[in-house]
Amino acid sequence: MNSRLIIVNLIRWFILLFVQIFLLKNMGFYDLSTPFIYVLFILLLPFGIPNILLYALAFATGLTLDAFYDTMGVHATACTVMAFVRISFISISLNRDAIDDPEPSLSYMGFQWFALYAFLCVVSHHLVLFFLETFKLTEINYTLMRCGLSCIFTLLIILLVEFIFYKRTSR
Amino acid sequence: MRNLWTFISRYNAFFLFIIFFVIGIYLTIKNNAYPRSVTLNSSNEVVGNAYEQLNVLKRYLNLGMVNDSLAAENAKLKSQLLALTTIDSAKDVKVNDTLTNQQYTYLAAKVVKNSITLRNNVMTINKGSVDGIETGMAVISPQKGVVGFIRDVSLHLATIQSLLHKDTKISVTIKKSNALGSLVWGDNNFDIRKAFIKEVPNHIKMNVGDTIVTSGFGKFPAGVPVGRLSKTGVATNDNFLSGELSLFNDFGTLQYVYVIKNKLAKEQEILENPVTPK
Repeated sequence: MNSRLIIVNLIRWFILLFVQIFLLKNMGFYDLSTPFIYVLFILLLPFGIPNILLYALAFATGLTLDAFYDTMGVHATACTVMAFVRISFISISLNRDAIDDPEPSLSYMGFQWFALYAFLCVVSHHLVLFFLETFKLTEINYTLMRCGLSCIFTLLIILLVEFIFYKRTSR
Repeated sequence: MRNLWTFISRYNAFFLFIIFFVIGIYLTIKNNAYPRSVTLNSSNEVVGNAYEQLNVLKRYLNLGMVNDSLAAENAKLKSQLLALTTIDSAKDVKVNDTLTNQQYTYLAAKVVKNSITLRNNVMTINKGSVDGIETGMAVISPQKGVVGFIRDVSLHLATIQSLLHKDTKISVTIKKSNALGSLVWGDNNFDIRKAFIKEVPNHIKMNVGDTIVTSGFGKFPAGVPVGRLSKTGVATNDNFLSGELSLFNDFGTLQYVYVIKNKLAKEQEILENPVTPK
């Protein structure tokens, strides 16, 4: 069970980063909307993961993305923020003892919870990402517009992927 | 200590977040050129702004002193202006005479005293030895015509022995024929508009209306217009012709004159009058 989880997450990590780096990096609508699908890996890490491991994985994933995007530290910081939001949201919305599902995916948690969860995480990630990328407040309108449109794009793809791999068995 | 440890481990998510976030921000700022420059610049800006505010305050406190120094400077400038407006700013004008390869310097001077009614007329100008004027320099009038020679020089003034003087003789030529003659005034005719050309060789044909210019053999540069022949063939008792000419310049209204400094005057004098051993 445990080794299976590790293998699944490892494969997910490779696939998501591959898609992100070699496909979605070249996509974008007028430089306004760029999807960052790789955050799905952090979203779908299992519930039982220790916080320090979650942060380390998020940070490492971010650094890998940074290496390819040539933006040292930006994605890593954004992923760290996202991990914090993830931990906070889960601890607030779910009773820690009652969790018996392996991972916070759409198939286990239902659409409503997952949509809110994904929305909060993606928005926090994108906000940090775009503001660190521009690093100034003078273009705040443009930055916010990019952030909002990218959030919509990313969320759309995340929900799409989740529905594609939807397992009816659980609930 | 134990309580602190439980506190930290209980909120480990937050503390871990702080640690990773700080690392991430540090990496971002350190490795990306633009955020680094922004961070450095804005910190510099903060420091600079503080200094600027301090400067404003200092300037305000120094206002009295600055006011005094400005007033002093103003007074100084005003006195300088007064000195400048009363000074005669006429300067040397250099004319390069390429034809004779001589260099003449023209110095403008104002006539401060003039006389035309005497037999021997002398005028005074407001330039003296300080301005480099020496005895014997030629003087011409700004428009047309010769005026005379410098006679006596004091520190700031000089007198001119004008053409209207019995000792003044100027070497002239008739422009058309290049015949030499000498210009004199007051040969039984004391009209200030008339002068006489004398010692023209007999074979020269003089016509009324011929222009007379300086020859360049004396102190004057060559070609300064002097006047126009008005009467020819005035009888003299020697073998030379003489004529009457009307002068171009009006001695009665003369206000400014040019003193001509001849750079080669001294050289020429030494050459032509060699010192003979006694």
